Amino acid sequence: MTLLTILVLAAGTYAFRLAGPLLSQRIQISTRVQRLLTLSAIALLSALVATATLTSNGGFTGWARTAGVAVGALVAWWRLPFVVVVVAAAGTAAVLRMLGVS
Amino acid sequence: MATVERALVRDVAAIAAAAGVVGVSFGAIAVAAGVSVWLASLMSVLVFAGGSQFMVVGVVAGGGSPVAAVLAGLLLNARHLPFGLVVSDVLGRTWPLRLLGSHLMVDESVAFALAQKDPARRRAAYWLCGGTLFVAWNVGVLVGALAGRALGDPDALGLDAAFPAAMFALLLPSLRASPEEKAPAEGGQDATGAAAPRSGNAAAMARRVALVGALIALVTTPVLPAGLPVLLALLGVAVALR
Repeated sequence: MTLLTILVLAAGTYAFRLAGPLLSQRIQISTRVQRLLTLSAIALLSALVATATLTSNGGFTGWARTAGVAVGALVAWWRLPFVVVVVAAAGTAAVLRMLGVS
Repeated sequence: MATVERALVRDVAAIAAAAGVVGVSFGAIAVAAGVSVWLASLMSVLVFAGGSQFMVVGVVAGGGSPVAAVLAGLLLNARHLPFGLVVSDVLGRTWPLRLLGSHLMVDESVAFALAQKDPARRRAAYWLCGGTLFVAWNVGVLVGALAGRALGDPDALGLDAAFPAAMFALLLPSLRASPEEKAPAEGGQDATGAAAPRSGNAAAMARRVALVGALIALVTTPVLPAGLPVLLALLGVAVALR
């Protein structure tokens, strides 16, 4: 791992982050486009949730994580506090792993 | 108002604590892979995108080429471009704020912003979450890099399940129109039009887009390099085009 590797990754990542704010300065974004942009963030975040829940390294990640997220999602659905969602998801996965479920 | 803000601080603290522990494990793994403590910390400060940091260190430690590692990491981070279009209004009006705010753009700060009802709260949530995560992540990485392998594995604590569940909880307000939230929201129609959809129709549309996006990403994950499936989920927005 060299300094150059890190600097290139950092510069590229920052360019991606800055591109959105820069672009929206230049162009007039209509209400309809803004709505579609909000939907695209929802699509990206749902895709992150789905892939982070079910997959790792291109395959199924195992039952402990999947069950943990499912319990957390249920807690969120019941409108319990966010902290409870985080703790319930992590706790379920941790307990399952302690019991030998991967 | 005060209680609402306190709730936000508490929610952000929960996700920041989890991020800090994951940062500890990144620091430990990086040092074990032969990265110096200061390079691991510099990487975390400058890149501040955990997924890509784990990926690049993993690829290089596994003997892969740094060029391939950086390309894979950048592919993973390309989602920040559409994120930036969505949250550009919360970053602030001046250039120093925009430049700094852009660096705090991570999945969690975007999701926290999206979960808020009005522009002022979106801005507060974005900055509070982004800033707190930045501190927690970097302190965690430094601690992990200094302590090395002595510290535990975040998977044993179930933290890998905590992040998707937290993200789901943040997405929920956009996916369902809740009757008790409708009444106060009616007078305050957001002028920017950027608020999370609240009406029944908008929520139904958001659910369809979320479902299609998630399915696209899941189906393509086994066959495409990491990062690309999540970007392809943008095609899910097509169901909203008529």
